[in-house]
Amino acid sequence: MALTHEDVRRIADLARLELQPAEQAALLGQLNGFFRIVERMSAVDTRGVEPLYTPLSALHEVAAPLREDAVTEVDERTANQASAPEVAAGLFLVPKVIE
Amino acid sequence: MSAAPPAGLPRGVAALARALDERALSSREATAALLAAIEAEQRRPDGLGAFLAVDAEGALAAADAADAARARGDSGPLAGVPIAHKDIFVTRGQPSTAGSRMLAGYRSPFDATVVARLGAGEPGGAPGAGTVCLGKLNCDEFAMGSANENSAFFPTRNPWDRSRVPGGSSGGSAAGVAAGLVAGATGTDTGGSIRQPAAFCGITGIKPTYGVCSRHGMIAFASSLDQAGPLGTSAEDCALLLSAMSGHDPRDATSAARPPQDYAAAMRAPRPGASAARPLQGVRIGLPAEFFPPGLAPDVAAAVRAALTELEKLGATLLDVSLPRTELSIPVYYIIAPAEASSNLSRFDGVRYGHRAARYADLADMYRKTRSEGFGAEVKRRIMIGTYVLSHGYYDAYYLQAQKLRRMIADDFRAAFARCDLIAGPVAPTVAWKLGAGADDPVQAYLADIFTLPASLAGLPGMSVPAGFGEGGLPVGLQLIGDYFAEGALLHAAHALQQATDWHARRPQ
Repeated sequence: MALTHEDVRRIADLARLELQPAEQAALLGQLNGFFRIVERMSAVDTRGVEPLYTPLSALHEVAAPLREDAVTEVDERTANQASAPEVAAGLFLVPKVIE
Repeated sequence: MSAAPPAGLPRGVAALARALDERALSSREATAALLAAIEAEQRRPDGLGAFLAVDAEGALAAADAADAARARGDSGPLAGVPIAHKDIFVTRGQPSTAGSRMLAGYRSPFDATVVARLGAGEPGGAPGAGTVCLGKLNCDEFAMGSANENSAFFPTRNPWDRSRVPGGSSGGSAAGVAAGLVAGATGTDTGGSIRQPAAFCGITGIKPTYGVCSRHGMIAFASSLDQAGPLGTSAEDCALLLSAMSGHDPRDATSAARPPQDYAAAMRAPRPGASAARPLQGVRIGLPAEFFPPGLAPDVAAAVRAALTELEKLGATLLDVSLPRTELSIPVYYIIAPAEASSNLSRFDGVRYGHRAARYADLADMYRKTRSEGFGAEVKRRIMIGTYVLSHGYYDAYYLQAQKLRRMIADDFRAAFARCDLIAGPVAPTVAWKLGAGADDPVQAYLADIFTLPASLAGLPGMSVPAGFGEGGLPVGLQLIGDYFAEGALLHAAHALQQATDWHARRPQ
């Protein structure tokens, strides 16, 4: 099943990307080429196989590590916001959402 | 004109550390000499482009501090050894771009754990190894690529042939080490990004087991695959760097809770029953038939076979094993890695850091324009693939199926390691290709990652060791894959090979 221009537009919208017409045309061909490689994978019978989401769980059971619920970091707001595009009074500014 | 570093300067981490120990030279002398070599390289019209940023002032200050610490006798094990970091690791006081326009001008408020441990140490933690950081090394944008041509700034050239790629994504690291501009370097490997450039540039690199090095401060690409590791001129260089940069880090939830390791000691530890002439006596090396397909370039096959013969002479036994899903690792990886990337890269929204578009209509338009301007073509391609395979109605068919196959690939390794101690094969199907050669069909380029992807998916350690030269005098890498946490065994075998051969000691002219 090949992707269409409409599919590419929909995926780009989900990914918050704005594609130029030339970019979109190139991507359509590339994505369809990619999913032809993927077809080989779909043919494998994987019934009853546990997915391997994190590699070390192939070796032993992996549990999420927990730590004490305690403050460990110092306040570095100024340093953390130094590279922000727009900041005022310690807040990140975004375009107005509610009119 | 040669790319060689200043005459007389010892090459590599181990040799430089020894010279500093013996007071044969100071860190300031070594650092100043390398800074001059980097500057000379940057003036060449066909310069290597290994560095995205050079911090001469900071490096010389760190060198002086290292010399003073050595004089006081309280220095770290690698005090004053000049290295540089792949620009995927964030560094305080230096740019941290991930090779992307998205992060041009970004300044990190902290150092990555790996950077701190190799340098002055973590704030409030143990002292670091004391290396001097010369700057930040070029890489593919967000570590996505196999040729370093996806850097948003400029490509890196291969010092063995400047019309060719150095491999990627740690291409600046590999080219810098090969050309002698740094004693060693850090890199990251998601699907082969340490091993393949190490092979293309004729140096040694190791991707440790998933969890050995902290990912804190390593700009995320695919979190279940990303792993940091060193690139150096020898197994010994890698062992020294890896000992310093590895170890448990509570700031990375996937960091393995293991005690600190001395990989240099593990590398030298004699095996039971071994002798000086046969240090690999009793080591069983499995050769997967799938790693030697008919399409493997004859020059690569010949070099790898010659290296295997050397390993046999050193006492190792070669046997046939099978990794039947080697080819399937390509679609499995290129589903899982882009899926994780599309999630990780959603943080680049023009709000908290990085690029923001100058003109937009509203918030959603700001996101779209910011991301479209900030990301390059390969990053967009992978975000698109990842978004699609995670989207409603396709998750089971693609993402879940890939994760199940990933389990089967890990099981194949388990079966192979029941019969052998190490697995060997080529790192890449060919030697380094010409700059621009992969531009026509970026998706076809994914196929060249075939031999490095399986170990990445399983989370196993893998190494690239120089194995001589192929077509055009270009380096070929032997890949060694170990069982989980068998970095010591990998380094031991690579070190034995490097004691008996001189492929790793050859340098580009």
